[in-house]
Amino acid sequence: MSELPQYKKKDFVSDQEVRWCPGCGDYAILSSVQMAMTKIGVRREDVCVVSGIGCSSRFPYYMNTYGMHTIHGRAAAIASGLKAYNPSLSVWVVSGDGDSLAIGGNHFIHTIRRNIDINYLMFNNEIYGLTKGQYSPTSKEGQITKSSPYGVIDHPFQPASLALGAEATFYARTIDTDPKHIQEMMIAAANHKGISVVEVMQNCVIFNHDVHAPYTARATRDEHTIRLVHGKPMIFGSEMNKGVRLVGLSPEIVTIGENGVTEADILVHDAHAKEDTLAHFLSRFTYPDHPVPIGVFRDVDKKTYDDAIDEQIAQVTKKKGKGTMEQLVHSGDTWEVK
Amino acid sequence: MSEQELDHVVIRFSGDSGDGMQLTGTQFSNTSALMGNDLATFPDYPSEIRAPQGTVAGVSGFQINIGSTEILTPGDQPDMLVAMNPAALKANLGILREGGTILVNGESFDEKGLKKAGYTETPLGTPGLEKFKVISVPMDSLLLEALKDIELDSKSKLRCKNFFALGMTYYMYNRTSDATLEWIDTKFGKKLPLVAEANKLALKTGFNYADNTHATAAQFKIAPASITAGTYRQINGNQATAWGLMQAAESADLPLFLGSYPITPATDILHELSKFKHHGVKTFQAEDEIAGICTAIGASFGGALATTTTSGPGVALKGEAMGLAVIMELPLVVVNVQRGGPSTGLPTKTEQSDLLQAMYGRNGESPMPIVAASRPSDCYEMAYHAAKIALEHMTPVMLLTDGYIANGAEPWRIPDNLKEAFPTIKHKRITTAKTDGEAFQVYKRDEDLVRDWAIPGVPGYEHRVGGLEKDELTGNVSHDPINHEKMTHTRQAKVDKIADFIPKQEVEGEMTGDVLVLSWGGTYGSTHSAVKAMQKDGKKVSLAHMRFIYPMPSNMNEIFKGFKKIFIPELNNGQLKFLVDANFDVPTFGYHKIQGLYFTVSELVTAINREIETL
Repeated sequence: MSELPQYKKKDFVSDQEVRWCPGCGDYAILSSVQMAMTKIGVRREDVCVVSGIGCSSRFPYYMNTYGMHTIHGRAAAIASGLKAYNPSLSVWVVSGDGDSLAIGGNHFIHTIRRNIDINYLMFNNEIYGLTKGQYSPTSKEGQITKSSPYGVIDHPFQPASLALGAEATFYARTIDTDPKHIQEMMIAAANHKGISVVEVMQNCVIFNHDVHAPYTARATRDEHTIRLVHGKPMIFGSEMNKGVRLVGLSPEIVTIGENGVTEADILVHDAHAKEDTLAHFLSRFTYPDHPVPIGVFRDVDKKTYDDAIDEQIAQVTKKKGKGTMEQLVHSGDTWEVK
Repeated sequence: MSEQELDHVVIRFSGDSGDGMQLTGTQFSNTSALMGNDLATFPDYPSEIRAPQGTVAGVSGFQINIGSTEILTPGDQPDMLVAMNPAALKANLGILREGGTILVNGESFDEKGLKKAGYTETPLGTPGLEKFKVISVPMDSLLLEALKDIELDSKSKLRCKNFFALGMTYYMYNRTSDATLEWIDTKFGKKLPLVAEANKLALKTGFNYADNTHATAAQFKIAPASITAGTYRQINGNQATAWGLMQAAESADLPLFLGSYPITPATDILHELSKFKHHGVKTFQAEDEIAGICTAIGASFGGALATTTTSGPGVALKGEAMGLAVIMELPLVVVNVQRGGPSTGLPTKTEQSDLLQAMYGRNGESPMPIVAASRPSDCYEMAYHAAKIALEHMTPVMLLTDGYIANGAEPWRIPDNLKEAFPTIKHKRITTAKTDGEAFQVYKRDEDLVRDWAIPGVPGYEHRVGGLEKDELTGNVSHDPINHEKMTHTRQAKVDKIADFIPKQEVEGEMTGDVLVLSWGGTYGSTHSAVKAMQKDGKKVSLAHMRFIYPMPSNMNEIFKGFKKIFIPELNNGQLKFLVDANFDVPTFGYHKIQGLYFTVSELVTAINREIETL
């Protein structure tokens, strides 16, 4: 195998015109993913981007890699088949909150459960964009949309809680206003062996503008997000003096230096904890009651499906020898007719 | 004891779902196959795993037709019924041949057993059974006595009853017990030596009891069948489908990938393929039917021979994904083991009612070739052909089998040379880098309208495919009206062209005559036997049995022209007839049976005769 080429971002830019709405959060994500691709140590021909249906799902057309733009909700299943067949590929799923959590909900949880080594990007804008503005499984209760003129009566999913409940071995969240952070999360996802789910808080400029603004806009985001770093205390705020303290099993937001609180009182993030208790705990943080955690919630090792399927084949082949049809058709009871 | 020679005999083993009748029937058929008989089997069981014990709903049957002549169906009417309880007698009495033999476990006809079967008094000894020869044997007490020295509880001992009954039938039909004794040893010998001993003793006791009591007036002999010389094995349809797919993978030098979700009666294909890791087969038990086909599509994009196996309800769920494979022009084999419908329908019963679903069950103009297996062993060949068409023409292909041939077994003559019988499949998978710097043109086609199969991992061919309409060359998304129309026509033309690559339709019999019987799929055994019998009677009847259904072979019209009537028997409401009527101007006459059962030969002979009489 020849040396890995020194890729530039343009190597991952296809010749197709990008057709998302002006101001759409997807532009920043695309650009960050293309940049991240130059840094993950994978050959371009080994990258395959698979999507379902929705605005986000146009993504493969803009990536100069192998790609499939498939059918609504099924990207995870199609990507799973591709990866299970050829584990040497770097397989990326690009999906949205509707594609992943509504029509594709079943594939979402089972793909995670199998811990197949796929990088799963879910752009969460809490709305259906391509069908022009209906509520999604992550839309907030009471939200007025075209299909909920009197307010949404569904209770939303917390994608992080759902993914962790399905035994995700990697979960990260990022925001579409911070390309550097997106890149970091993409690289972390690529480096994780097993399913890597990355939720991108993404803005739909047309149908749900500024839904994430309090925790994604430059002016306010430091105040309303915790940047999770493994081994570091959960300190946040524009002055970096706020933190999360554990009281019993509940979080308490405290200010360092007030009421005797010191840095030592602040909960320390452990992305590699064997149990997912802490990651779950963080998945319940929602604006405006809590700061929104971004970064890697969980990153643990577990046997991957794609490794297991190949190992089983190797084991059985070692034991029985490589089978041929000639042997097989003559195996067991046969008889001669003369 | 005298011996009587039979050219064939039909036996039906019948009992409660938990009585082991499928096993008993399988043992009888294995033994008969090894003794050189031709045979066909028909497992007939309820969809409940254990329906209420002793009831008619819970009766499980296994019918077998063995002969010294060519046997292609499990037989119209059993000559002998083995009924392990009153319900089994009640369920099968109507189909038994007059004068046939009934072997019953007399002790099961107690108050409790009769009540469960819905009898108010015992039918044994009543006029209703006068036209049969009834052998009532107190199987429970004989068995308990014979096994009294084995340290097992009575319940376990009584579970050997099926082997007692099998032993009796082995004696009556002059079978050897060796293969079954060996099977019992392999199955239970090491782990459960007492169970093995009890079952073996039960088999021997039954055999000796039949001998000592002269249970039947004569011992019947069925000589080995005079069939084509060669090496044979028994094979059922689902097993043959699995092996045929593996054969195709070997012939194409590609790994086989199966994405599947369990569904009756197709699940055994998943079971079978999951055994063959050492053949490099990858099986993926998906979370649902849709994921079953979608994982297969993913693997196909990656360069595998990919397949998904299911039954009608599963095909309904896979419709959108099949359309995706059509528009992406990826090779894929979709296997539909048909069962009674609509909806959940009759899961364990057979039907041919998914032909039009296979033709039209997708949105948009979405042509997809269809092939259909004609008998259990033919599933091997047709699975190979389905894969061959898929790979050589870059298209999804539907393989139709049905519950009848999927579960039915028959002797299969193993080809002397597999490589000659199933030659190399040439496909257009690209494995070397593209170095000219030009963009890969995804939908550039060869003279047969087939595109190249560029797969991830190969440098220079990076490209995107998807469900949106694509430009006819570059593969870029295109909403251009003329391009869409052109692509629609091209996809159709590509499938139509496959007619040039499939065998011409064969005709059994003269090329002209009164009636052409046009059948397809799993009904071959019945239609072939009926036509053959009528030809022997001097009737001007020929058979065209279709295995390549869409596109149809190029000589259909030529064949149709030679006959006054085209008689189309189907286990549906006339679906092939609909396709023939839509495409040809010929006088078609349908014959439809939608009972979850196969055609009997005699009903077809009667129906065809009626067509001749009304000419």
